[in-house]
Amino acid sequence: MTRHIRLAAVFCALLLAALLVNATRIQVFEAGAYDDNSANRRGTIARYGQPRGDILVGGRPITGSKDTGEQLRYERTYLDGPLYAPVTGFASQVYGTSFLEHTEDGVLSGADPMLSPFPLLNDLTRARNPGGDVVTTLRAAAQRAAYDGLAGRKGAVAAIEPSTGRILALVSTPSYNPEALSGNGPTVSRSWIGLNEDPDKPMLNRAVRQTYPPGSTFKVVTAAAALDAGVVTDVDEPTDSPDPYPLPGTSTSLTNEAKGCADASLRAAFEWSCNTVFAKLGVRVGVADLTATAQAFGFNDTGVRIPYSVAPSTFDTSVDRAQLALSAIGQYNTRATPLQMAMVAAAVANGGQMRAPYLVERTTRSGGATLATAGSRPVRQAMHPGTAVRLRELMTDVVREGTGANAAIPGVTVGGKTGTAQHGIGNSGTPYAWFVSWAQGERDMEPRVAVAVVVEDAEADRGEISGGGDAAPIARAVMEAVLNS
Amino acid sequence: MSKAGTTVARADAPAPAVRLPRRRGIELALIVVAVLLSVYGYCAVGLARDGTVPPGAVGYGAGLGVLALVAHLAVRFRAPYADPLLLPIGVLLNGLGLVLIYRLDLETPGDRAAPAQLVWSTLGVAFFIVTVVLLRDHRVLQRYAYVCVVAALGLLTLPILFPAVNGARIWIRIAGFSIQPGEFAKVLLAVFFAAYLAANRGALAYAGRRVWRLQLPTGRVLGPIVAIWLLSVGVLILERDLGTSLLFFGLFVVLLYVATGRTGWIAVGLLLAALGAVAVGWLEPHVHSRVEDWLHPFASIEAGQGPNQLSQSLFAFAAGGMLGTGLGLGHSVLIGFAVKSDFILATAGEELGLAGLSAIFLLYGLLVERGYRAGVTLRDAFGQLLAVGLASIVALQVFVIAGGVTGLIPLTGMAMPFLAQGGSSVVTNWAIVALLVRVSDSARRRHDEEAP
Repeated sequence: MTRHIRLAAVFCALLLAALLVNATRIQVFEAGAYDDNSANRRGTIARYGQPRGDILVGGRPITGSKDTGEQLRYERTYLDGPLYAPVTGFASQVYGTSFLEHTEDGVLSGADPMLSPFPLLNDLTRARNPGGDVVTTLRAAAQRAAYDGLAGRKGAVAAIEPSTGRILALVSTPSYNPEALSGNGPTVSRSWIGLNEDPDKPMLNRAVRQTYPPGSTFKVVTAAAALDAGVVTDVDEPTDSPDPYPLPGTSTSLTNEAKGCADASLRAAFEWSCNTVFAKLGVRVGVADLTATAQAFGFNDTGVRIPYSVAPSTFDTSVDRAQLALSAIGQYNTRATPLQMAMVAAAVANGGQMRAPYLVERTTRSGGATLATAGSRPVRQAMHPGTAVRLRELMTDVVREGTGANAAIPGVTVGGKTGTAQHGIGNSGTPYAWFVSWAQGERDMEPRVAVAVVVEDAEADRGEISGGGDAAPIARAVMEAVLNS
Repeated sequence: MSKAGTTVARADAPAPAVRLPRRRGIELALIVVAVLLSVYGYCAVGLARDGTVPPGAVGYGAGLGVLALVAHLAVRFRAPYADPLLLPIGVLLNGLGLVLIYRLDLETPGDRAAPAQLVWSTLGVAFFIVTVVLLRDHRVLQRYAYVCVVAALGLLTLPILFPAVNGARIWIRIAGFSIQPGEFAKVLLAVFFAAYLAANRGALAYAGRRVWRLQLPTGRVLGPIVAIWLLSVGVLILERDLGTSLLFFGLFVVLLYVATGRTGWIAVGLLLAALGAVAVGWLEPHVHSRVEDWLHPFASIEAGQGPNQLSQSLFAFAAGGMLGTGLGLGHSVLIGFAVKSDFILATAGEELGLAGLSAIFLLYGLLVERGYRAGVTLRDAFGQLLAVGLASIVALQVFVIAGGVTGLIPLTGMAMPFLAQGGSSVVTNWAIVALLVRVSDSARRRHDEEAP
């Protein structure tokens, strides 16, 4: 019987070996696949198991984390949610992330392996790094001025530091509080549905994700193209332009809001925003040169990231002469985001050099040690430096004595351009009020801020809606906020 | 006394007694280690969760320590030759089980199981002590073989009179405690099988017909044991407790093989098992779905219904990896229902890793090995079969449930010995350890008594 007991013991040993081999299989060899299974909640639990890193504006966090004590423990909070929503986006336990919360998620959530001083050590100890912080380029005062200036009307503001490309303000209204989407309860799904069904589209980031016909503000681009191409050599020379201007090959005539546009000089036409002059200039410059200049400013670029993607602004390259004439005054298929028009103003202010805009100054570990900096950004010559000098002059005139007088700041050199863009079928929609500008303080070596403002539903009679009336005061407030800080 | 006389006397004296060392000191030292390890685990949970040592740590340690010490004293005075590994393994597994249940209680504040488990553990150790003190010789049990089998059948039948819980009729509820009488029946049936086979192994070994190379037993001796087997399995299928049914059958086949040495019995057993499996799989949709889950654990995920318990269990083991997340830091509670009982091993796997899980398996392996060793050493057939039977209960039970939760075999509900929540199970396991202590004591004492 002893022999049989021993054989039975061998059988038990085989069972033990089978258990050990199988345990090794699932805990070592198949562990990776099981860990990555979409139905495995451990990754999600770990992600929300620690406070999320913060997004900083001017050294102050504009985000926070709330300990809910639930399975997904920490929820995102926002200090000035609606004000910064176009920058932060949301960080929802149900609906994912957007904007900076999305592009910087690795740092904020602590998943980025660079957050650890010794990345391999973490694999061993299973520690998760505390979330890092994201320091933005925004100026709190400028952001606030833009938001208050829009005062709940539909619109957007983008402000850039011309010499670097730092985005100083990025506002879109009406806005929403992203905190409403942070958690995972039924209130969150109600908020999500409500925000998505809201006809005002509060989650739409109008500053970078919505394109508008830029209207007269596009005349900056047309003027730059005309000067660069040598079509206009002297800004004070009359430009042989009829008023009204018959669109080539059609029976339609283009008219002006302003008087005295016939044969006006480029300076006068820019100052009083003569459609006829710029339409004809566009045709004279030709589609090739105008396209080249527009693209040098950033139009038709589908790869702009700040670091989240920006909707491409468009300039139609396959147009007949009448369409080209309309395109040259920012109509037809010409469309631009507010950020794009701020880039145009910034390029003029920066001697024709265009810096790629960016929002993230640097990322840090939770202790404050720098992880990555924005570094040097690509630069592009949008126009000749000489052209930029003359355009600055023209834009300054607009504010000093033209349609942009509302943007004037005492003791500060301000250049601007108004725009009133018509849209809708038969131009029936309420026009968009535009203003693009830059400002250079008395003691500054170079312009310190370039702004673009668009107001969608300026509540005024159609004739009075103008970039100068509705948009320029907002631009002024933003520029003052930057110059005073 | 002359010099020569002395020499003669020395020559005539019995050879210097090779008294076997009793090794009670080793047992005590191992018990201290087992208690300290359990207390350490208890503290580790508290430190991981709140950063503080849980307030109950001292009380828990003292309670477990006193229990273990009293058990040790009982063994020291009543079974001094007993195997010194049995009691410490029981203490360590029981202590670890309490730690795991306490740890899972933190995830389910409304449903605390650790206090009741502590009470049951105390009862279990008390039962151990009573058994070791009162049962002076295991051969006494042989006389009560038929009492045992009647009691076992009675216990198995009892829950049919009570309402089903979670689809299985294996519990009875008395004064707030749920008892699983089938657990106690395991030991009683092991005693009966051992006694019956010890008495009839000669007859059972008679060769009957020979089919191909298998020597089949004769039909006459099959009668009584198959009748009892059918009865117990029938009762279990009525109660829908497949795991225990499988365990009884395995135990029966192992003992039959050990008693007779006929591989033909294994063939008959496998045939019966195959018939039973087909019949049960056909009759019970519940069993069929278990097999489906085993073959395709992630089918419910692919169907968009979320992970089932088995896939959650696999996720838990995978999350543990080589070294585990650490006690108190895993998320095995995602398994949901039965996480403290049938699936308790997943918590061990996740929080202690492959290293800890292997250690637990090896502890069980050691316990089984000590049982088999006692079986080999013993001289009486009843004792041998009893030791092998008791050790096999542990081995089969561990394999069936551990293999089930790790996806090695289809999952059948069963308690992980000592670790899982369940009072009847803990008491039964202590009874098994008590009987093993008793037979191992007999095995080595006899060696000593026969030596002089």
